[in-house]
Amino acid sequence: MLEGFNFRVVWEYMPFFLEGLRNTFLISIVSLFLALVMGIIACACRLSNWKLVRGLSIAYIESIRSTPLLVQIYFFYFGLPTLGFRIPEIQTGILALMLNSGAYIAEIIRAGITSVDNGQVEAGISSGLNYFQRMRFIVLPQALGVTVPPLLGQSIVLVKDSALLSLISVLELTRCGQTLTSERFMPSEAFFTVAFFYLCIYFCLKTLADWSQKKLIFREAY
Amino acid sequence: MTLYYFQRLIEIFPFFLKGLWMTVAVSGLALLFGTILGFALGTLRASNSRLLKWPIGGYVAVIRGTPFVVQIFIVFFILPEWGIQLDAFPAAVLALTMLGTAFICEIVAGGIRAVDRGQWEAAASSGLNIFQQLRFVILPQAMQTILPPLVGQYVLLIKDSSVVSVIGVTELTRVGWVTVVRIPEGLMVFSLVGLLYFAISYPLIRLSNSLERKMAVQQVRL
Repeated sequence: MLEGFNFRVVWEYMPFFLEGLRNTFLISIVSLFLALVMGIIACACRLSNWKLVRGLSIAYIESIRSTPLLVQIYFFYFGLPTLGFRIPEIQTGILALMLNSGAYIAEIIRAGITSVDNGQVEAGISSGLNYFQRMRFIVLPQALGVTVPPLLGQSIVLVKDSALLSLISVLELTRCGQTLTSERFMPSEAFFTVAFFYLCIYFCLKTLADWSQKKLIFREAY
Repeated sequence: MTLYYFQRLIEIFPFFLKGLWMTVAVSGLALLFGTILGFALGTLRASNSRLLKWPIGGYVAVIRGTPFVVQIFIVFFILPEWGIQLDAFPAAVLALTMLGTAFICEIVAGGIRAVDRGQWEAAASSGLNIFQQLRFVILPQAMQTILPPLVGQYVLLIKDSSVVSVIGVTELTRVGWVTVVRIPEGLMVFSLVGLLYFAISYPLIRLSNSLERKMAVQQVRL
């Protein structure tokens, strides 16, 4: 099956792959951070009492969740120049990833917040805590346990989603595989190496997610 | 100018419907095969036999740990090296089926494990053989846990089918990509593409949510 696998070419291209890996890392981390901010804002709007704000955030979340990420990436990639914005591909990609993951993260955070029993909030009100104190000392510490494991799951999805940026010629891991394929025509060397790197990232994040879940279940029982 | 492009877009709208049909065909076939294989593998995975656990678990981890773009490149570029020549359409269906199988397998295995052990024992002591136990006792109960995430998974699969545009299957995303070259209004073209995806995905998302509520009610009634 793999008798013809050319390790020398993989080794020769290793610095190139490592650069791609680094870019994948950077793109994922920056998008994850921005998506967290976006998700918190969207979730706050979703839970707001103002109808207009709530409607807008529902429209944002639902439209992101029912369209493919690739279409969203192309939407910004081909759409922003017609509006007169000329930004590099990598920033377009990060923008799309941020908006995409932001919608999913908003739902994760909302599930966490609504999982906290209403009686807890009422108890907070009757203890004389204001809104921010209630959030800080009562709701968030409890919601964190429900939110952190799926957030780590979302970050796994984000790393995999960043592979789609290769299609708008951002030089990340998958793009390296495509380049090696077109330069030497060695698709198995290229894509098995790429898959190997993604699997490494996946197992690290998966271990972290499983560990956090175990920790948090222990906290809940306590 | 925008109005002129809008008229052009309406002229070639049938082309978009053809793309939509292709999306439905690719993801429909993958859904069908993925559900059948996923149920088979999921049942085996829930059996706790160590001989089956490792290969199936490994398969699921590899599929879940790598981006779908990489998987489709592997199917499309590397299978020919091993002597399996596939056209774009069967390659797309094969890759999507592999993806769907892995995720559905996990959902089914989780659903079966959630059924109380006593049900297996009761079924066995009623003299049912293993297939009858599954068919008449375990699966009907497991379906409550399986159905909502299964429909959610179908939505993900339909959205992931947009990625098969990279190997040249003329589905919806590909149609948008081809059109945007002739009608340089990225926002307009990809809004239309997004709208068509929304038309299929959103009802399914609603269905998944309502199933979740309905199943929760049923479980309380038990």
